[in-house]
Amino acid sequence: MAKIYSKKTLVIPTMKPKKEVVSFLLNYSKALSIMKGNKMSFEIIAN
Amino acid sequence: MANVQLPDSLLVHNYIEGDENALTILINRHQSKIFGFIYSKISDRDISNDIFQDTFIKVIKTLKSNSYNEEGKFLPWVMRIAHNLIIDHFRKNKKMPMFRETEEFSIFSIMSDDSPTIENKIIREQVDTDLRKLIEELPADQKEVLVMRMYQDMSFKEISEITGVSINTALGRMRYALMNMRKVIDKHQIILTN
Repeated sequence: MAKIYSKKTLVIPTMKPKKEVVSFLLNYSKALSIMKGNKMSFEIIAN
Repeated sequence: MANVQLPDSLLVHNYIEGDENALTILINRHQSKIFGFIYSKISDRDISNDIFQDTFIKVIKTLKSNSYNEEGKFLPWVMRIAHNLIIDHFRKNKKMPMFRETEEFSIFSIMSDDSPTIENKIIREQVDTDLRKLIEELPADQKEVLVMRMYQDMSFKEISEITGVSINTALGRMRYALMNMRKVIDKHQIILTN
């Protein structure tokens, strides 16, 4: 019988941020618009 | 899956032009690297999530305000923002360290509540009652001096004036009162400790 020398690779849980964080960022990005005026910029967040 | 092949620079360009989907791809593509980098320094998932969020808030603001310098590459730029936020976190933490409860460390091991527990209060009341009973057993002259001294907090001079005896007599009565009480406590093996 053939021996299997290779070991099963341990499953390393990939480090990922919470889904809520990513979804917050995407929603934040959709809601945010920045208007630039004279030497000033305004951040507008739509609900 | 054609999107996967799009280079970061193009996605950034598209995002600035208003393509929100480009940001989704950028986050999905790099989230593991960025989050892993933050977690490797912080070792706390919740704080790492906060820093990850703050990093991308900065990214979004910079891109939306057209302040992004396209010379550099996207990922190293985001990493640099994350790195700066990590440094900020440690600076803040140094000023006001935060302790989290872990399996090895419990905040209650260094914090204690000195106020008496219900059990201690009951014991204390019991001791007070026992003591009162013992005092009642003393001869009247000794009892009088002891009560004035211990419960009314009077000086021996005041006691001697009120009772009409010399200070030495008052002192002597106090001494005998204490000796008599000790005798009774020893005899009956009364425990008067909290």
